[in-house]
Amino acid sequence: MPEPEISQSHSPVVKKRISDPRSIQILLIGLTYLFFIGFIFLPLGLVFSQAFGKGWSFYLEAIREPYAIEAVKLTLLTVAIVVPVNAVFGVTAAWAITKFNFRGKSTLKSLLDLPFAVSPVIAGLIFVLLVGSRTPFGSWLGEHGIKIIFSTPGIIIATIFVTFPFIARELIPLMEAQGRDEEEAALTLGAKGWQIFGKITLPNIRWGLLYGMILCGARSIGEFGAVSVVSGHIRGQTNTIPLHVEILYSEYNFTASFAVASLLVFLALLTVVIKSGMEKHFQKNSFHL
Amino acid sequence: MALFQRKRRNILPGFGLSMGYTVFYLSAIVIVPLSMIFFNTIPMGWEPFVHAVTAPRVLASYTLSFYTAFFAALFDAFAGLLTAWVLVRYRFPGKQFLDALVDLPFALPTAVAGICFATLYSPVGWLGQLLAPLNLQIINTPTGIIIALIFIGFPFVVRTIQPVLEEMEQEIEEAAHCLGATRWQTFTKILLPHLFPALLTGVTLAFARGIGEYGSVIFIAGNLPMKTEIAPLMIMSKLDQFDYAGASAVALVLLCISFSMLLLLNAVQEWQQKEYRS
Amino acid sequence: MGIELQNINKTFGEYKAIDNLSLSIPSGDLIALLGPSGCGKTTLLRIIAGLELADSGKIILENKDTTNLPPREKNVGFVFQHYALFRRLTVFENVAFGLKVLPFRERPPKKEIRDRVEHLLKLVQMDWALNRFPSQLSGGQRQRVALARALAVNPRVLLLDEPFSALDAKVRQELRRWLRKLHDEIHVTSIFVTHDQEEALELADKIVVINKGRIEQQGTPQEVYDHPANAFVYNFLGNVNVFHGRIHNGKVSLGAHHLDAPDDLKNVEEKTSQTFVRPHEIGISRIRSNDNDLEGTIREVRLQGGQIGLNIECEGLDSPIEAEVPRELFVNLQLAKGVQVFVTINRVRVFTGDYEI
Repeated sequence: MPEPEISQSHSPVVKKRISDPRSIQILLIGLTYLFFIGFIFLPLGLVFSQAFGKGWSFYLEAIREPYAIEAVKLTLLTVAIVVPVNAVFGVTAAWAITKFNFRGKSTLKSLLDLPFAVSPVIAGLIFVLLVGSRTPFGSWLGEHGIKIIFSTPGIIIATIFVTFPFIARELIPLMEAQGRDEEEAALTLGAKGWQIFGKITLPNIRWGLLYGMILCGARSIGEFGAVSVVSGHIRGQTNTIPLHVEILYSEYNFTASFAVASLLVFLALLTVVIKSGMEKHFQKNSFHL
Repeated sequence: MALFQRKRRNILPGFGLSMGYTVFYLSAIVIVPLSMIFFNTIPMGWEPFVHAVTAPRVLASYTLSFYTAFFAALFDAFAGLLTAWVLVRYRFPGKQFLDALVDLPFALPTAVAGICFATLYSPVGWLGQLLAPLNLQIINTPTGIIIALIFIGFPFVVRTIQPVLEEMEQEIEEAAHCLGATRWQTFTKILLPHLFPALLTGVTLAFARGIGEYGSVIFIAGNLPMKTEIAPLMIMSKLDQFDYAGASAVALVLLCISFSMLLLLNAVQEWQQKEYRS
Repeated sequence: MGIELQNINKTFGEYKAIDNLSLSIPSGDLIALLGPSGCGKTTLLRIIAGLELADSGKIILENKDTTNLPPREKNVGFVFQHYALFRRLTVFENVAFGLKVLPFRERPPKKEIRDRVEHLLKLVQMDWALNRFPSQLSGGQRQRVALARALAVNPRVLLLDEPFSALDAKVRQELRRWLRKLHDEIHVTSIFVTHDQEEALELADKIVVINKGRIEQQGTPQEVYDHPANAFVYNFLGNVNVFHGRIHNGKVSLGAHHLDAPDDLKNVEEKTSQTFVRPHEIGISRIRSNDNDLEGTIREVRLQGGQIGLNIECEGLDSPIEAEVPRELFVNLQLAKGVQVFVTINRVRVFTGDYEI
């Protein structure tokens, strides 16, 4: 026999659910808030309180300082290259994986996820080992006047590695769910490959693609470990925003450090808002990084 | 290329092009660079390799990375389960807001998280101040590292449990209820076993991420040799001394740990699915 | 011939989906491929469209060998089971798609495309929905747009994969009749796949019954229904009572009873047999009309539209008989649960040997 508490309708839980007693609800919600205060709200609050600790003008000065501006420029350049390159790859890989049957598909899928399992420091290390000035390939490149490690190309390549799976992983489940029917229909109607892709597939995946690109972009802006290894930390030249934050911090210039960091926090909050907005829009909840 | 052969001729166009580009790009960006770790370790020979990866400082860093990641993941299991439960089952003010903020650790650059926690727990920081009279030091201790890793791993657990909890059929719970089970019995006997695979996945992801994490940890860790030096930092410092072989050796061990974690996870998931089917 | 298939074979791994199948369909016919799910009928349809490649065999559409043409050049209209409308394109753009992707030289001018699309949408009674998106349409409406889209490219043949399966019963009925009418107007050779015998019987000029990748029987609905070639077809077309027994010296055993065997089996001395009786070919009366009547008790009464379904337990039979009687008779005889009746079996089909679906 159901206990009477089921039929109680005054509790504010989602309708038709068996509810927990109000006291337990309050306790659990309270604990959650406590966790969020300690791990989310306090750090966020701290960034802004520190950033504006010496006033608005100091804040503006810190983010307008030439080195900071150079760091922003380099970061934007990185994002501008990394996101399109990985987007092209993501779409191509998702097309290959979802539109065809072939042996080794699951192997390929796991290989795509490989960078997630690699420490950012190792992500930087492998490129130093591959094209650093002390390696055969790197020194050959050096003789031809090409410098990759400790310069912008290295930062870009390491960032590409770290953000490599984001877009493909966003698209593969989406395209699997959409199936091949529409493409096959277009085929029977006489469309060629690029027409099918451009007129049917791309419009169908545009939101997923955009979403993946936002995630990829957010991670490109904030990548620290991998970039730290390959950058060489040359101020004004190979410093991205996170590296600039680190340098200011290690120089005990906390206020400036948090001021620049606050830019990154804005972007992170923006990403989170866009993500939650898009998810609400598409009623889709599974999301993995 | 037998691996990527088509089972039968596919009708949609572009297989060769898309597969070729995928494999090329994957090789150029991931496979070839990652293989450099092996190519730099192999010439070392076995003994120097063992020597490099079993040096006391290196061993201490593995141990530290391993157990801090473990405890952080364990904490996240509880915090993540709690948060997912509250977000799915209850309605309360600020719910949407909390739900969105779960992803913050994904989106926030790790270096920013690092300086935040280091400042919060410094002896003059907001939380450090409160803990100082209790003689509790967080900064420059493994506890600090665990705190940073809890932050990093948190969304992995929530976001893997949440969909399972949402899709779980309510009839199961109601049936248990009608059969006279208490809420607590329903939770431990019905809900928890059902959630367990997702929980395990989330925790493993958090753990694997924690082992390799760098940016958020180095600021709060203080990086004291033998005490609070994490494994990725060991790689970093060997690299700074241009000891490429040593760095590769340490990296190889770290990679093996992360990969075997993920392989284990895959195996467990497959086993779970088989169990589920039978 | 509209469609000619010669010795088509197709295997998926171990599984033989199409087994040396040949079929000829005259131009302008509407054909039903009927069979249980997994019998290979959808695979066959996809092979004709070029969406699947046969391992061997020849496909000739309107006297043109299209076996090795890519689907793009086959010029078939294919209507997918779930319609596969382009979700980001309007109804107009969906129908115009096949014309707009033509190479520049073959592409009709814009005005012509518009006229043709509007004409087609009028034909399928969807001209009011030009600027709607597929998500704004009901299932039946989507189906009609999918049909218009397939017809836009003047296909050699029209192929429909389970065209009505995703619709509810009433819409299905309507659309079925409408499709028959439409086909009479446009006369393009068409094949539709279905697992619903009623649909096939009502709609098709000719039915091809398929099982395990082979053709069991083909013919007009009348032929197939009245003269099933084998036990499978009999069982698949309509409800049926099956009795397992033996043929012995010109008599078929039906439980403890014996009936005269049909003429073609009169000379069989001894064989296992299956006797098929359609529920509506069973007579029910309150008094014994002849010696072969079975005596039974009504166990269940079901209302089936204009007919009444009866479940009758008969003496000497292992399993109950399903019978259908008109409502009038049911009332006149004052039938009800538990009433004693006499059952006359008017018509039986007997097949010897075993079969399996």
